[in-house]
Amino acid sequence: MESPLVQLKDVGFGYGPEPVLDGVDLTVGRGDYLGLIGPNGSGKTTLLKLILGTLPAPRRGEIRLFGTPAAQFKERWKIGYVAQKAASFNSGFPATVEEVVMTGLVARRGLWRVLTGEDRKAARAALEQVGMLSFKDRMIGRLSGGQQQRVFIARALVSRPELLILDEPTVGVDVQAESQFYQLIRDLRASMGLTVMLVSHDIGAVAHEVTSLACLNRRLFYHGSPDDFGTEEQLCELYGHPVRSIHHHHH
Amino acid sequence: MLDMFTYSFMQRALVAGIAVAIVCPAIGVFLVMRRLAQYGDTLAHVSLVGVAAGVLTKVFPMATGLVFSVLASLGMDWLRQRYAKFSELSLAIMAPTSLALAMVLARSEVMSYLFGSVVTVDNEKLYLIGGLGLLVLAVLLLLYKELLSVSFDEEQARVGGVPVAFVNTVFMVLTAMTVAMAMSVVGVLLVSALIVVPVATALQIARSFRGTLTISVLTGVASVVVGLVVSYWLNLMPGVAVTLTAVAGLLLVLGYKRIAGIEE
Repeated sequence: MESPLVQLKDVGFGYGPEPVLDGVDLTVGRGDYLGLIGPNGSGKTTLLKLILGTLPAPRRGEIRLFGTPAAQFKERWKIGYVAQKAASFNSGFPATVEEVVMTGLVARRGLWRVLTGEDRKAARAALEQVGMLSFKDRMIGRLSGGQQQRVFIARALVSRPELLILDEPTVGVDVQAESQFYQLIRDLRASMGLTVMLVSHDIGAVAHEVTSLACLNRRLFYHGSPDDFGTEEQLCELYGHPVRSIHHHHH
Repeated sequence: MLDMFTYSFMQRALVAGIAVAIVCPAIGVFLVMRRLAQYGDTLAHVSLVGVAAGVLTKVFPMATGLVFSVLASLGMDWLRQRYAKFSELSLAIMAPTSLALAMVLARSEVMSYLFGSVVTVDNEKLYLIGGLGLLVLAVLLLLYKELLSVSFDEEQARVGGVPVAFVNTVFMVLTAMTVAMAMSVVGVLLVSALIVVPVATALQIARSFRGTLTISVLTGVASVVVGLVVSYWLNLMPGVAVTLTAVAGLLLVLGYKRIAGIEE
């Protein structure tokens, strides 16, 4: 049987004495569309960093990626990652959309190798997939937030990953761009069989899209189908106070 | 008019100057993108201590300057990580301290390195400058894709599996080599002009990263060639003429854009 793409067993982590994550078990199987939900400060970002390898190994438990212990996992290109919109790039950076997308191939090519015409083709194919090919020669800083997000999704896709992780993808994006974004993810799942993990603080928006839901607030409160989730009791447990029910959400 | 270049010392100056003019802006593009524009200036000051040490110990000063520059680049990267919130502070302390120290160690020799001495480039210096230039350029081209990806978004590069720490260390050493080769030509006080000004000009014109790199290098080379001619005519120190030429180029581009009504 194929090992899950991501597997966390009893993971505990803290920056100080207070645990940020406590006894977290989480599995992402091939083809899953997982929504990882939790309020601000719930440990979502920490969990993400552990999976992405930007934090040292957890003090307790085990993380496996594609069956390999996270510390030994070398094929980072298998995981495509799209950071929050507010992420670290300088909007005055003088790079074209195509140049930005090609940076997604750097690690896969490896050190001392030059990117080729083949890589340029791959970049254009990825831009085509997200509907941004006609913008390839535009400067990245001149695009709108929603357009930049599509470019960054193309950058994550260009290395042909098996798992795509998106961190708060709809924060600061208008309603139209949001629905276009969810449509794009649906298309990518249908055309590439992509496994997707979507991290969000907003359960209402995500629950209708994903095939499985994981609710985190230091511990994992729920991990299963979104259809079986949503009692007042569970929401209270997750957020620590009553919130709107997910069934009020409109498309 | 160009009979000045029939003198062999001017030929050597031209070759050394062009080598420096290619490498400085190429390194400068990545420094500016990473908001480390001030970095080359500080490194140049620190390597001046190396030059002074070389003079004192009767070792080839450019070589000791190079060693100091490389060591300082590694030390400064360490400091930068320690004092991430005050990185300009550590730069601003190191530059004058180094200059003062170098002046104490070997005043007269150090003075000639402050503003450069393109016209006293002997064969020994020329070979070292040429060799360093080729080495820096080769490694820059080989690491181009990593440097672009790390400069654009270091966090994303790390997540994607780019060996960020390795790339950063190699880049710091390349910067140190560039500064060491450039300071003997244009001088410590003016190294940063050749690293930064052509990049500022290119940023006004270019529409891609590759374009920024190309225009920076072309602007750098033009500044050095024109600057050398001007220095010969007006009897200016070469580094001074080169710096003012580069700045004049930047002002021309800014002025043209303003008049032509090209909006950002």
